[in-house]
Amino acid sequence: MSQHQEKARIIRFEQLSELNVRITLDAPLIAASADAGQFVMIRTGSGQDPLLRRPFSLHQTSSSGYIQIYFKNVGRGTHILAHTKVGELLDVFGPLGRGFRFARDRAACLVGGGLGIAPMLFLAKKIASSSRDHGRDLIILGGRSREDVEPLVEDFKEFGLALRCATDDGSFGIKGLVTDLVKSEHLTRDTVVYGCGPENMLEALNRFCRSRGIACQVSVESVMACGMGACLGCNIDAAQGDYLHVCIDGPVFNTEDLAWNS
Amino acid sequence: MEFVNERDSYPDLRVDIGGLSLRNPVMTASGTFGYAREFENLVNLHRLGGVIVKGISLRPRAGNPPQRIVETPCGMLNAIGLQNVGVERFIAEKMKYLKGIDVPVIVNILGDTVDEYRMLTERLRGVEGIAALEVNISCPNVKRGGVAFGTVPSMAAAVTEAVKKAADVPVIVKLSPNVNDIGEMARAVESAGADSISLINTLIGMAIDVERRKPVLANVIGGLSGPAIKPVALRMVYQAAGSVNIPVIGIGGIETTGDALEFLLAGATAIQVGTANFINPRVSEELVDGIGEYVKSHKLNSVRELIGALEF
Repeated sequence: MSQHQEKARIIRFEQLSELNVRITLDAPLIAASADAGQFVMIRTGSGQDPLLRRPFSLHQTSSSGYIQIYFKNVGRGTHILAHTKVGELLDVFGPLGRGFRFARDRAACLVGGGLGIAPMLFLAKKIASSSRDHGRDLIILGGRSREDVEPLVEDFKEFGLALRCATDDGSFGIKGLVTDLVKSEHLTRDTVVYGCGPENMLEALNRFCRSRGIACQVSVESVMACGMGACLGCNIDAAQGDYLHVCIDGPVFNTEDLAWNS
Repeated sequence: MEFVNERDSYPDLRVDIGGLSLRNPVMTASGTFGYAREFENLVNLHRLGGVIVKGISLRPRAGNPPQRIVETPCGMLNAIGLQNVGVERFIAEKMKYLKGIDVPVIVNILGDTVDEYRMLTERLRGVEGIAALEVNISCPNVKRGGVAFGTVPSMAAAVTEAVKKAADVPVIVKLSPNVNDIGEMARAVESAGADSISLINTLIGMAIDVERRKPVLANVIGGLSGPAIKPVALRMVYQAAGSVNIPVIGIGGIETTGDALEFLLAGATAIQVGTANFINPRVSEELVDGIGEYVKSHKLNSVRELIGALEF
């Protein structure tokens, strides 16, 4: 596995909603070796405060050497990134972690909730570009309201896969949760569900998939210092007892490998 | 035309830390550099003065539950809880790689009792590829043992003596900053036979989530590291260096060449880079270059001229 530390130039800056931002970076080494579900660590400033890099899942990469991240301006690090400009350089380290294990011979159901939509674009692209029948592949996106979902829909539509949307307030797609859509879709036992989103969404997804005997992979979040297995700060409870580490064992896990509260 | 032997133009960065010669004074601190292999594609390991691997105990330790780390102003708190694979797996799995890398490998050891330290040292005796031991008597995260050893001079001396008796390589004792008199601690372990001392380990700290009214760390308290602790570390290295005759290794918030030089001037013979490895995996190698440039541009015969060269 090769990791790279690149000074990446900001090529494009998109304010997708009041708080949601998408940044395109020129990072050819990372773009060339990244896989769907992997992440990068980005230094948000050049000083000592904030000190640590921030993890961002890869939203998309391109053959022209670009990578994209999609995030919400919620904390100090993301606040700084949300005020960067095209042409500025960011220190990016990656790709890191284990991504989605795409099962080529099985139907795929991608489920992205809120910012969890971020890694799903990369995965959708990968699935769409694999030569197979996509008739049973499905993408489900959701969020609190229209602004969490609508700005990203066009990009997903490009792949020509079936797409359903849900919002908590019903302002876009159906009124309800992504897991409501998952439940209504009559997924077959040989489907693999790939999910990313808030913890309660992942828990609901895990409960549903387990009850139906459907395989499920989820991308999880954690506080991290190094992103590469050195600090051991990003541990998560494992099904077998003991811990797994989000940065090197994940961020994508089979749900059966994790300990769930419910 | 004059021929210049290129090797002669390399600055002399060699230092001696109590029976162990290093090609330069820059090492990586325990717990921030994994078992070195994690960094092999990012750093030219052979260019470093030494690597100190993640602390090892007699038996494997799972460590603390999440959340283990939190960022603080110019620093971070950690309560990893000494997670490690245990000495048997360390020897079987990690030493294979470590004995093949061209850099001194220093093994950090920790235990709950004096006896555990002794047994651990005996187990590591004769294991090929270990250049020295660093004794962790100061990790603040384990409720028993660690805190007491690191804060009571007689206990620190007892551990040092036990390890020194059983060891076949030089012994570095890593000191805790959470004490009243660092000079007294330094003298205690020197008298007990330590070949050198390293300091500081993390300062005990805490962070609270005001919305949940709960401690951020599952362990409640954790160790503070990063640039925030550098002035405290520098002061303690200065005081410790003035209290003992054995070499002192400076640790605490070192991120730049200037930081490293400050520690050398304060009396450190070598330094360790810790938290900065998380932010810039290449930082230790950059410091080797930076110190070399300083030695050259100030026309020094060797980096050793800087050790304790603070002027008043």
